[in-house]
Amino acid sequence: MSPNDGQATGAPASEGRMMRSLSDVIQDRGSAAVAADGSGADVGKGIQIRKLSAYYGTHQALENIDFDINPGVVTAIIGPSGCGKSTMIRCLNRMHEVIRGASVTGSVLVDGKDIYASDANPTRIRRNIGMVFQKPNPFPTRSIYENVITGLKLNLKRKSKREYDEVVEKSLRAVALWDEVKDKLHDSGTALSGGQQQRLCIARAIAIEPEILLLDEPASALDPTATMKIEDLLFELKTRYTIVLVTHNMQQAARASDITAFFIADERHVGHLVESGPTRQIFMTPSDKRTEDYISGRLG
Amino acid sequence: MSRSIFSRRGAARAADPGDRVFAALVAAMSSVVILLVVGFVVLLTIDSMPSIKRFGLGFLSGSIWNPVETEINHLNFGALPYIFGTVVTSVIALVIATPLALGSAIFVSEYAPSWLGKPVSFIIELLVAIPSVAYGIWGLFVLVPLMRGTVEPFLQQILGHIPILGALVDGPPFGQDLLTGGVVLSIMILPTILSLSREIIAQVPRLQKEGMLALGATRWEVLSQAILPYARGGIIGAAMLGLARAIGETMAVTMVIGNSSTKIGASLFTPGYTIASAIANQFTEADSEIYFSAIVELGLVLLLVASVFNIASRFLVSRLTRRTGANNA
Amino acid sequence: MRRDPEGGKFLRRRAAGAASIAVASILAFASVAILFVIVGHVVVNGIGSLNADFFTKIPKPYGESGGGIAQAIMGTVMMLLLAAVIAIPFGVGTAIYIVEFGRGRFAEVVRFAVELLAELPSIVVGVFVWALVVRNLTGYSGIAGSLALAIIMIPIIARGVEEILKLVPDSLREAALALGTPKWKVVVFIVIPTVLPGILTGIMLSVARAAGETAPLLLTALGNSFFNFDLRKPMAAMPLQIYTYAVSPYDDWHAKAWASTLVLIGLVGILSGAVKFFTRRWKHESQ
Repeated sequence: MSPNDGQATGAPASEGRMMRSLSDVIQDRGSAAVAADGSGADVGKGIQIRKLSAYYGTHQALENIDFDINPGVVTAIIGPSGCGKSTMIRCLNRMHEVIRGASVTGSVLVDGKDIYASDANPTRIRRNIGMVFQKPNPFPTRSIYENVITGLKLNLKRKSKREYDEVVEKSLRAVALWDEVKDKLHDSGTALSGGQQQRLCIARAIAIEPEILLLDEPASALDPTATMKIEDLLFELKTRYTIVLVTHNMQQAARASDITAFFIADERHVGHLVESGPTRQIFMTPSDKRTEDYISGRLG
Repeated sequence: MSRSIFSRRGAARAADPGDRVFAALVAAMSSVVILLVVGFVVLLTIDSMPSIKRFGLGFLSGSIWNPVETEINHLNFGALPYIFGTVVTSVIALVIATPLALGSAIFVSEYAPSWLGKPVSFIIELLVAIPSVAYGIWGLFVLVPLMRGTVEPFLQQILGHIPILGALVDGPPFGQDLLTGGVVLSIMILPTILSLSREIIAQVPRLQKEGMLALGATRWEVLSQAILPYARGGIIGAAMLGLARAIGETMAVTMVIGNSSTKIGASLFTPGYTIASAIANQFTEADSEIYFSAIVELGLVLLLVASVFNIASRFLVSRLTRRTGANNA
Repeated sequence: MRRDPEGGKFLRRRAAGAASIAVASILAFASVAILFVIVGHVVVNGIGSLNADFFTKIPKPYGESGGGIAQAIMGTVMMLLLAAVIAIPFGVGTAIYIVEFGRGRFAEVVRFAVELLAELPSIVVGVFVWALVVRNLTGYSGIAGSLALAIIMIPIIARGVEEILKLVPDSLREAALALGTPKWKVVVFIVIPTVLPGILTGIMLSVARAAGETAPLLLTALGNSFFNFDLRKPMAAMPLQIYTYAVSPYDDWHAKAWASTLVLIGLVGILSGAVKFFTRRWKHESQ
């Protein structure tokens, strides 16, 4: 992957880009997709999902998922609603199990270690895997500044005021929010716009320096301009983090990801993986009929 | 019954040591609530034992309450007059309060515009904040003279000659009697029944209401044919909670009920006792073990009866809520 | 046979509708009037006896006019404070357990116990505390009174705080959990600060309720006509003072009973009225 490609497609948001067809977007991203098979170096750590099934009580939501997520790229999980894509991403940092009755079988290896091993500590695992949710959820009683360092303050060794200041500036710069909020760091986080709140939530997630960043439809509650900013951000962040992005927006998957995995749930099977591969390949020459139907808009 | 995500199964496995300590701490604190409830029943039962052993069921069916052994009158504790007083005052309270509360609930939730309905229900529900002893002093100095001088003679005039109803208003109007006790209680349970009825009426599925209105039904028809039949169980539950509170209410009743006669008769103009007022009046006088034990047994009866009505009420109301929940899903 | 059945029926339907509105309105306004009548009587009868002595002096013996109920005001405040100190941890802890940790049968039992405790007749609480501590441990005392008030406050706090904690959206808990925060820290540092005003409201409401309780104090604190700062001795309280004065034969005491009632209602009414107002506004804002 040449840095120029990232630059070109990661350029500032423009309404025009929204308007273009999927295939145009894919054409632009052509060379980036080539790097998507994970030769992408030693940044971040990969995830290997093995025989993963997920349940809500007795209802099965995911069946027998085998899937590798490579470091240094953005992996998009797409599929019609109800296909288990949100469940999938929540299984990657053990957030699935906080829902009543939810359980998991199989394993997820992060850095070669099974996060579902009996001696694995879910809180420690989550410190290594940041997560951003559908709706921006800054802590309402905390200021912008405090929101960013909440994870550090609650879960890691105490630092000096100066170190916290540095973390706040670094994290907010990383999400391109610093210039917008640097004069009101001590205002409430909820006073920001939706897009700014979501970037604040990303800043909060990366402030504890995770290796992996999970984003569960991070732009679904945002307007197009704010969405663009989030997508631009993913290009910046993927050099440092392994990124998994769940989205119902195919344009977004096409624009922002290097690898795409298509999930589906149908009459015969609960949520399962249909196919995965470089985003360009999935969008241009899908090997499964259902993927083609979904991408061309005939499904879900 | 939504609880936070934390309370759900699966979340507690491999918990942080801090979590285990904290969960144990709050669980211990909630155990105290359970211990208290168990403690109430156990301690009151133990202290009632002498009385239970000596009088058995006669405690509930006997009508002679005589704490002092004399040559003519044997010591005996039969609580029937107190039970009778409790039943009569509670029934009067329900008969007066239920229509008032239900009418008000219908007014605020169905008829009044919200700018009017909200303050009206807010004001009526403030009644719950007035301390019992304040109802007592108002009852004693305002309501009792009013009942004695105006209301009771008036009732005697219109009902006195009707065969069965006449017996209810027989005898001199004292003012401090069962009827006044019931009236004070009715005011005190009014907000309870109102707020619960209001919640229940709000549970009626909107579609059901709007569907009927769309078909040209008047609001009264919607109310009588859709809302009230649907909410009936819950409204009975609301009245039952009012009843549970009326049974246990002490001070206000004690101050207006007369606390003298233990006669069981048809007239509502008889001064009487309720179980609760008997405890309040006689507790500090109990000078023998058996007297004390009998009073504690009164407390035990009160505890059990109030809890039974409370549980029945919750059952009726929650059944309705569950059904609604299923409908909306 | 009616000539115009539709028209007649229509009129009848309209009439029934109008009658039902009229009846409901009358019942509602009768209910509203009750509050004003009672509070009006208390104000009219009580306001004349309010003066500086009333708040600063203790009662004078029979027949002598003057004096006040300072010892009762002080007793109420002291017992309420101790009761709150006892009740708050148990009430809040129970609510936290039910909402954040409770699972399965035990949580259901706790919730049920809270409901039962909340609806216990307060006189029974008095009998219980008498049998538990007054009889053999403390005698009639401020401590016993506080304990009785605390038992009344615990379920009120637990229910209020439970409602408030349920208003915290799960997305907030998930945000904190996803940062690798252990559950207890999520509760203490994220959930509770978010709803602190609501929790304080619930506590205030329980204090307002306990302030007006009379029956349990009759069996535990007993009352006192003199200043007493010693919680181990019998202690006066405003509701007890009102009761004693009201059932006495002296006009001067009746007047003082009305005045004390005015003070008590003012206290309780303002407290719980404000609580309701703020709760509504706060719930509204948090949505």
